[in-house]
Amino acid sequence: MSVDERTDAPPRAGVLGDSITRPDGIAKTQGAFSFSSDESVDGCLFGATLRSPHPYARIVSIALGPAWQIDGVRAVITADDVPGQPTYGLIAHDQPVFASEYVRYVGEPIAAVAADGPETARRALAAIRVEFELLEPLLDPEAAIAGAHDPVHPDGNVIRHQRIEHGDLSVAGDIVVEGTYEIGMQDQAFLGLEAAIAFPDDGAALGNGGGIELHIATQWLHEDQKQIAACLGLPAEKVHVVLGGVGGAFGAREDISLQVHTCMLALRLGRPVRMAYDRGESFLGHVHRHPTTISMRHHATADGQLVKIEARFVFDGGAYASTSSAVLINGITMAQGPYRCPNGEIVGWAVRSNHLPCGAMRGFGAVQACFAYESQMDKLADACGLDPVEVRLRNAMVTGDTLLTGQRVLNVAPVEECIRQTAALPLPNTPVGGVPLPDGEVDVMQLPGGAGRTADAGDVVRGIGWGVSIKNLMYSEGFDDYSTARCKLADGVATIKFATAEVGQGFVMIATQIARTVLGVDDVVLDTIDTGVGSAGSTSASRQTWMSGGAVDAASRKVRDQLLAEIAREQGIDVNRLAIDGTDIIDTAGSFRLSVTEASMGRSFDEEVEYRHPETFDLDERGQGDCHTAFAFVAHRAVVDVDPELGLVKVVQIATAQDVGVALNPLSVIGQIEGGIAQGLGLAVMEEIIQVDGVIRNANFTDYLLPTFLDMPPVVAALIEQPDPLSPLGAKGVGEPPCISSTPSIVAAIRDALRSVGVEKDLDRVPVRPGDICL
Amino acid sequence: MPVAVPRSLDDAVRLLADEPDAMLLAGGTDAMVEINDGHRRPGESVIALNRVAELRSWSHDPATGTLTIGAGVTYKELMNDPIARWSPALAEASRTVGSPQIRAAGTLGGNVGTCSPAGDALPVLAALDAQVRLVSSAGGRTLPVSDVMVGVKRTSIEPGELIADITIPAASGPQGYAKVGVRNAMVIAVASACVAVDSEAKSVAIALGSVSPTVVRCPDAESLLAASVDWQTGSVDIEIVAAAIARVRSRAQPITDHRSTAEYRSHAVGVLVQRLLRRSFRIESAGVRA
Amino acid sequence: MSQQYMLHVNGVDHEVTDGWLGESLLDTLRDRLGLMGTKGACTQGECGSCSVLVDGELVCSCLVMAATATEQEITTIEGVAPAGAPSDVQQAFVDAGAVQCGFCTPGLIMAVHDLLERSPEPDGTEIREQLAGNVCRCTGYGRIVDAVQQVSVRRAGSGSSS
Repeated sequence: MSVDERTDAPPRAGVLGDSITRPDGIAKTQGAFSFSSDESVDGCLFGATLRSPHPYARIVSIALGPAWQIDGVRAVITADDVPGQPTYGLIAHDQPVFASEYVRYVGEPIAAVAADGPETARRALAAIRVEFELLEPLLDPEAAIAGAHDPVHPDGNVIRHQRIEHGDLSVAGDIVVEGTYEIGMQDQAFLGLEAAIAFPDDGAALGNGGGIELHIATQWLHEDQKQIAACLGLPAEKVHVVLGGVGGAFGAREDISLQVHTCMLALRLGRPVRMAYDRGESFLGHVHRHPTTISMRHHATADGQLVKIEARFVFDGGAYASTSSAVLINGITMAQGPYRCPNGEIVGWAVRSNHLPCGAMRGFGAVQACFAYESQMDKLADACGLDPVEVRLRNAMVTGDTLLTGQRVLNVAPVEECIRQTAALPLPNTPVGGVPLPDGEVDVMQLPGGAGRTADAGDVVRGIGWGVSIKNLMYSEGFDDYSTARCKLADGVATIKFATAEVGQGFVMIATQIARTVLGVDDVVLDTIDTGVGSAGSTSASRQTWMSGGAVDAASRKVRDQLLAEIAREQGIDVNRLAIDGTDIIDTAGSFRLSVTEASMGRSFDEEVEYRHPETFDLDERGQGDCHTAFAFVAHRAVVDVDPELGLVKVVQIATAQDVGVALNPLSVIGQIEGGIAQGLGLAVMEEIIQVDGVIRNANFTDYLLPTFLDMPPVVAALIEQPDPLSPLGAKGVGEPPCISSTPSIVAAIRDALRSVGVEKDLDRVPVRPGDICL
Repeated sequence: MPVAVPRSLDDAVRLLADEPDAMLLAGGTDAMVEINDGHRRPGESVIALNRVAELRSWSHDPATGTLTIGAGVTYKELMNDPIARWSPALAEASRTVGSPQIRAAGTLGGNVGTCSPAGDALPVLAALDAQVRLVSSAGGRTLPVSDVMVGVKRTSIEPGELIADITIPAASGPQGYAKVGVRNAMVIAVASACVAVDSEAKSVAIALGSVSPTVVRCPDAESLLAASVDWQTGSVDIEIVAAAIARVRSRAQPITDHRSTAEYRSHAVGVLVQRLLRRSFRIESAGVRA
Repeated sequence: MSQQYMLHVNGVDHEVTDGWLGESLLDTLRDRLGLMGTKGACTQGECGSCSVLVDGELVCSCLVMAATATEQEITTIEGVAPAGAPSDVQQAFVDAGAVQCGFCTPGLIMAVHDLLERSPEPDGTEIREQLAGNVCRCTGYGRIVDAVQQVSVRRAGSGSSS
């Protein structure tokens, strides 16, 4: 009897495919879960950062003396105190730990203090006198491209330039549609503000080679470790990074913020030091989504089949490079969207400016590209007399199709399926203007404007819009992308150790489910997440389920195989006949059965495995190369009620079918889908960091608006489960796709609503503002 | 005494007389934001007003048809019956404020004292010619809310004075409030308006928020409407409404800031008033119902 | 100048000896009284993470001046249910997948308990309006609404509250 025929046993709980609940869930609901901002020790000092008020200036002098005079101030440090590398960065090491000669953005760190308490630290910062020579900031990306502004950084004003040329560039379409699209600067706006606490080793001091332990909420422990160590002039092993509870990340924790500053202060004083940002400082202290301008021209046959795409992308990377060069590549390599297109010419720039530095945010360049190409696809639909669904179906990519980089999409690519299943999801059955209250009155809460009572039902029209997208998973361009996991099994208990940053996405559930499934034990313990095991890479790029899941899976399999080998030897059974069945080891061709727990008694196994994905390659000077690893697809349909006269909007429903491979934890997948869509909605209609003359104007939650319960509609979702043969668990990453095509679907719905009252609006910029709709 | 939590108005007034520069703290929904941001210090002393019994009470006088609301009454209380019945516009405005947490703490008196041009209750108070009673150890004075609001976050309230209560007429005709913000909850008004019709006095009051340094009335639009409404049938001609809206828009002097543009604010406030008028009257077009 | 006063939190008197005059209740709870469950994410009353009950009213503790909150009944997330013995709302959040990073969760638990006290069977729109003061950046709100509805249905069925 084969394993599959044993059907009497109830499905085993807690394994892959089960919607298990979070092991840290109860603690979180009770306020007992420790975030990095909750960590403190008696006697620790408090650090704070002095930041530039100017977008671009030369530092003439810094007078620290007045700060030292203040009672309770213990340390004041600047660039002169950095013992190791003075600059850091994820790709180029171009960002100073502290500004020394120039400040290049409002908020750039100039100095830091440690004091007995936050109030004292604040007074110390206020006492530091910095003399600046103001310089003309570079604020126009075109000026950077044209070389019209002196370099604001020794590395120059262009961070990266890349072209893509594919196929026959001389073809032209019978139909040509074009547009220029702008995407504003979005903020990740995680709720759990930046905080860290650093514990110097006994006897350690700044520059004497002594080590340090840092507790931090971050996305990538080992990359933090590497950069911190370099700046402290220490070998990596001397910097132990421990994951503190993370209150959301969404890309903002991939770059260094307060890590080096906190460590420097702690080492300077030989005492623990903690630092914490408030919301205003948080807006200055982390990178943001790149504001981007994209010009596109789509050429098609008369019946709407793409023949060529031309595009020019300009990403404003702000003052420092961060991951701009990778964001650029993501944007331009997926400029065609999830569509077949034989020819294309794409030009891309990532430039420097004196705006806030930009880097990773969920979607990573694909968000910007998608708003442009999906807006184009709707223009194409109009020009060809097709509806938005039909034009997309006609061009939908399938497995084996080629990107404009020449790379073949070898993953499962169920683009048509995503569109059809989304279209099959029921439209909302609430009428325009909402369901009337029992007394017949309109329920204002269901109208655009909400409690503001700005509209009556007759002022509102409804529109439907579409967005479909492609997102690369994992890292690209030859990056050595890997993850590590360690599995121990002893006496019926499996212990898994990894450095995978749990930021709320639920990897702690997946890891447990994998171990249970592979090993056949229910008792799985997760060890502390720290640098005491190899790197897991970043929690970003929708990569952890695949990569860290792959690592936990591989480590668990190795342990399982060793256990089976021992049992096989002892029982005199051919090891190839042994298998895990639920929680037992069985002989698939015999009657032997022994619970894994019993089998592991008195034994101990311990394996650490690195999981790597297949190699990726650089792009050549024509942008040709297999630079990405894998791809995921998704479709969104938005239903939006619009008040055309006031330009106010209420999203009524988002429907989506997402290509997830295998839903390892369906409830968790839904959580990622709904959360990502909320961020896409935010970019569509309300979220933007506003900078005027290089100065941020809305560094707070009063004026940087996040979607509330009343802004975010119900989501109806279908999971498209076509296991991906390239993925270790069949599953694709699910975190990013939801925030990519949700944005253009909402904007398209607004355009559709306006059309129904005879108004044509391009709406070529996100976030769409009321004035864009009604003026 | 740095912190005082008086229980009676007399105690509060006496404490304030001793420390005229004391910070008066009601719900904290404006003051604490400024303190948390480091833009304001509490000074030497704070007088908390949220336990003063008189400030938390309100009364309706049927003889005069007025509603007197203690300065410490919260938006949460104003949103609901029985107060809401006497002033539907104030209830509507209260419902738009912040969030349930903000509405449970924020007070009507606080809204007047902060005197932001975007204060949600202020257009209602202005439309209703609210009378603000100030008390101090020197006695008291009552002034119309328009005399209290003198500039952006500036009132004519003197040190040593506190707001005791605000009196408005109970509704005697249709009245409504509307406010524009970019999202559907928790927004600072980008434009707001109150229209209050007094069917007995045959008058229309229109007050605008967020489009000038203080909340303003629109006397030109109001007089046009008062003279043109058919008070028998409660209807008004669509051309009159259009002309009134034009006067409303010229009354507004909005600015462009990070929240919105002057152009949008001017446009939006006109639309709000037009819709509030539509809710108050039957709008007709040359004898045909529009 | 250092402030000294008593706060009554979760049924227990706490003496605050080293506060400063303008300090918020949020900071006092966390930094002076060691009650870390209440979270601060915006300090402007815009996110609800700091929600507590003061004399039975749900308010943002970042907007309460702690030194003025004397002789008031303050309830924080720690006072909702004993550690390890979650309330029905807390359990429902976990069961419904309504917790991701968890930073907004304590404030939301406070708000949901308050909502269901006042309105035991809220429909979807009422849930959304009453929770509009609590921002979540991770979940997109769907599972939270689901959790609230689960509790409401269960309480109605059992004829009990909590």
